[in-house]
Amino acid sequence: MLQYTIRRLFSIIPVMLIVSVIVFLIVHLTPGNPAYLILGEDGSPEAIAQLEEQLGLDKSMAIQFVDWIKNILVGDLGQSIYSSEPVIQVIMERVGPTFSLMITAMSLTLIIAIPTAVFIVWRRNTILDPLFTSASLLGASIPEFWFAMLLVLGLGVAVPIFPVAGYVPIDVGLGDWIYHLILPAFVLASVEIGLIARMLRDGMLESVNQDYTKTARAKGVRESVVLMKHVLSNALIPTTTVIGVMIAGLLGGTVIIETIFTIPGIGQLLIDSIHRRDYPVIQGVVLFIAVVYVFVNLLIDLLYAFLDPRIRYD
Amino acid sequence: MLEVKNLKTQIDTSEGIVQAVDGVSFTVRAGETLGIVGESGSGKSVLANSIMQLNPNPPTFYPEGEILFEGSNLLKLSEKQLRKIRGNEIGMIFQDPMSSLNPVFKVGAQLVEAILTHQKMSRKNAKARAIELLKDVGIPDAESRMDDYPHHFSGGMRQRVLIAIALAGNPKLLIADEPTTALDVTIQAQILELMKGIQEKYGTAIILISHDLGVISQMAEKVLVMYSGRIVEKGSVNDIFYRTSMPYTWSLLRSLPRLDGVAHERLISIEGQPPNLVSPPKGCNFHPRCPFATEKCLEIDPELMPRKEGHWVACILTEQEFEAEKERLESADREGVL
Amino acid sequence: MFKKKRNLISASLLLLFTVATITASWWLPVLPSEMDSAKRLIGPSADHWFGTDHFGRDILAQTVVAARVSLVVGLSVALISTVLGTITGLIAGYYKRADFVIMRIIDGMLAFPSLLLALALVAALGGSVSNIIIALSFSFWPVMTRIVRSAVLQINSIQYVEAAKTSGIGDLVILFRYVLPNVLSPIIVQGTFIFAKAILAEAALSFLGVGVEPSTPTWGNMLQEAQIYISIAPWFSIFPGIAIVITVLTLNILGDGLRDSFDPHAKGKVNRKKGRLKKQINVA
Repeated sequence: MLQYTIRRLFSIIPVMLIVSVIVFLIVHLTPGNPAYLILGEDGSPEAIAQLEEQLGLDKSMAIQFVDWIKNILVGDLGQSIYSSEPVIQVIMERVGPTFSLMITAMSLTLIIAIPTAVFIVWRRNTILDPLFTSASLLGASIPEFWFAMLLVLGLGVAVPIFPVAGYVPIDVGLGDWIYHLILPAFVLASVEIGLIARMLRDGMLESVNQDYTKTARAKGVRESVVLMKHVLSNALIPTTTVIGVMIAGLLGGTVIIETIFTIPGIGQLLIDSIHRRDYPVIQGVVLFIAVVYVFVNLLIDLLYAFLDPRIRYD
Repeated sequence: MLEVKNLKTQIDTSEGIVQAVDGVSFTVRAGETLGIVGESGSGKSVLANSIMQLNPNPPTFYPEGEILFEGSNLLKLSEKQLRKIRGNEIGMIFQDPMSSLNPVFKVGAQLVEAILTHQKMSRKNAKARAIELLKDVGIPDAESRMDDYPHHFSGGMRQRVLIAIALAGNPKLLIADEPTTALDVTIQAQILELMKGIQEKYGTAIILISHDLGVISQMAEKVLVMYSGRIVEKGSVNDIFYRTSMPYTWSLLRSLPRLDGVAHERLISIEGQPPNLVSPPKGCNFHPRCPFATEKCLEIDPELMPRKEGHWVACILTEQEFEAEKERLESADREGVL
Repeated sequence: MFKKKRNLISASLLLLFTVATITASWWLPVLPSEMDSAKRLIGPSADHWFGTDHFGRDILAQTVVAARVSLVVGLSVALISTVLGTITGLIAGYYKRADFVIMRIIDGMLAFPSLLLALALVAALGGSVSNIIIALSFSFWPVMTRIVRSAVLQINSIQYVEAAKTSGIGDLVILFRYVLPNVLSPIIVQGTFIFAKAILAEAALSFLGVGVEPSTPTWGNMLQEAQIYISIAPWFSIFPGIAIVITVLTLNILGDGLRDSFDPHAKGKVNRKKGRLKKQINVA
């Protein structure tokens, strides 16, 4: 396990290197002069030259890259062109709403997906199973922004139960915080619920007729315990890796959801910055999300290894 | 103790309904060992799983017959009543010890689960009992091995654990479905020895299912020979191994490597495949492969009839007809060698 | 039997959508760009089945024409990422040394949620149909590479490939004649799913205002404009969304069906339990 952990930790290095190259290239893929694009036609030559210097565009690519890596290693992501604040500060101000949204959506996903999968497998010989399979296929075909619009129409406009916009920080009030998060988190979770429940169902069906479940049944263990304990425990282990997929989906979806529900998180920051051509912030947000994702995946892999005794004791 | 009457087990497959067990009757008395032998696909495993209804349901159904265990019909019991029998009155061990233990739980926990399912006792006492059981089935260092996972055990050791699990409720009957097939020959002998010891110690009745005639002859007192879901011969070990008058049993025995000096050039195997159970052949199910087959066999589907006291055979040949034909085939075998 | 029919139906539906949108100008009663200021935001009626938008344009006509961009983007992304991913996947699966380098790059790219990678690329390149295609192809390429590579690794150890290697046949011949045909089925299945995902992603990017130019009718652009009118003209939001769902669902059903018919032991197959049981009976 220790050896595995160390190996896994080292594997992050090349990944982070590629990530930083891609993020670095965002500015340089832009056709034409980014400084000119940012300032627009009325930018004076002096202003353009000054911005070029600020962005480091006057140096060679290699030097720019080395400088950039040096800076991000000490946590310096540059300065926002729009607000002149350090990028890292701009991001940190926006992290709260995004993480609140993610955590609520994740909890919703797991709370709904796991019992659904167990129930479907328990009733696997009924019409329920093909119905569920079709429903999960349909769920994967609905754009989440459109689903959000429908929910806003239904629950926000027609039958106003939930607020359809805004965010209340948790320190203002736990109730208000969750009340504003429910609808966006549900939309965000909806796509993932189908996905995770489907994968869990597949995993459980794989193990439901395994020999060890027969041993358990032959012991006289009741069917519900066979499913909840023996089958689910085996199906959940590979599902931990699915959680990585889920978090990627949530991180991508949060950009859309925050925009629709006007939640001031990093997703909205990203979209705003793209419209403002605020390259340092774009780079910062993309890098930030990638780093979070890489570390979440690391934790998941270690959790997987810990949960599976066949790996834990090797 | 156990009486199976005219049991039929059907499996609804995508190709049609399979008669996996077709009108099987037999009895097991307390403390005795019944062997069930047959090729792959003869329905012996489905039969073994049918007793405690461990076949996946659906697609498996039990449309006819009775399974009387100490007077009550297991097929009529509710799921809850059946659970009181499973693991408590009847224990079962399976073919593949590698996959029959849950890989993510400790061996001790799986054994404790078996104990606590039927007996009310503290977890501590259940652990003590589990250690006792592991010692009973010959696992060295039982106490420390409780906390190991299945993948730390060898195949033979896992089968011992599974036997311990099956014994957890002090069952009156132990069903062993090919318990040694997946094991090395030396380990096989040890496991069989262990099962014999258990039987002597606790007076447990055993139903032993195997395709291996050697294993059956070593362990069983009574033997059922199964072919395409039916019993084609039943009798004492001696009836089956020395006094058979059933062409299928004879073919099985002939395919054994012989140690009595009459060496064959090559191993003789039974030609052909077991029949398709969705649409079985007309007449006797075995006739397409039977060296004794006559034209009558295409029409008559023989029933299991008593020949002598306790010896039943399903074949239209009389004993004399069988002996004459057998003599001819065996001399042909010998000539083949010389 | 049922599966084959399902694949056939979904494939013909797709063909129908494609033909319908290409020939739209011949059969549509109104031009999609025809504005009528007197008929702004009018609900579904006999004249305008899907209602009209804020410029008085017919939403049915708009929705039909908008399918062009979605289908072009989806198909191009599916083709480009499939071809690129197949090439890199074949190389990675076949050559040990290249594998290390390629997989490190793939791992790095998979560190971005795919929508985010597309967003970042579009932010850099600027929004246009061709840039969206480039950005999405690039973000779906790593997944395809992974799938092809693992399929190749399975094939590699199979005897006839080993035999071909030892007999001195050139690598290219082995790759294209022996390996590729055997990994085609996961490639086709994944390609179908990418088609579906690319349509969803294009719609999302356009909806966010960073996709195709707002002047081009696409489902995402329509929904972006419809958003403000959602409470007074819900039909404006509903119909383009339904168009997306139907198209993507058709593709997903096709992908699912193809997976089942290529691989009889695929997960989640309807008939899987029975199939397995039959096997058990044979060995019992």
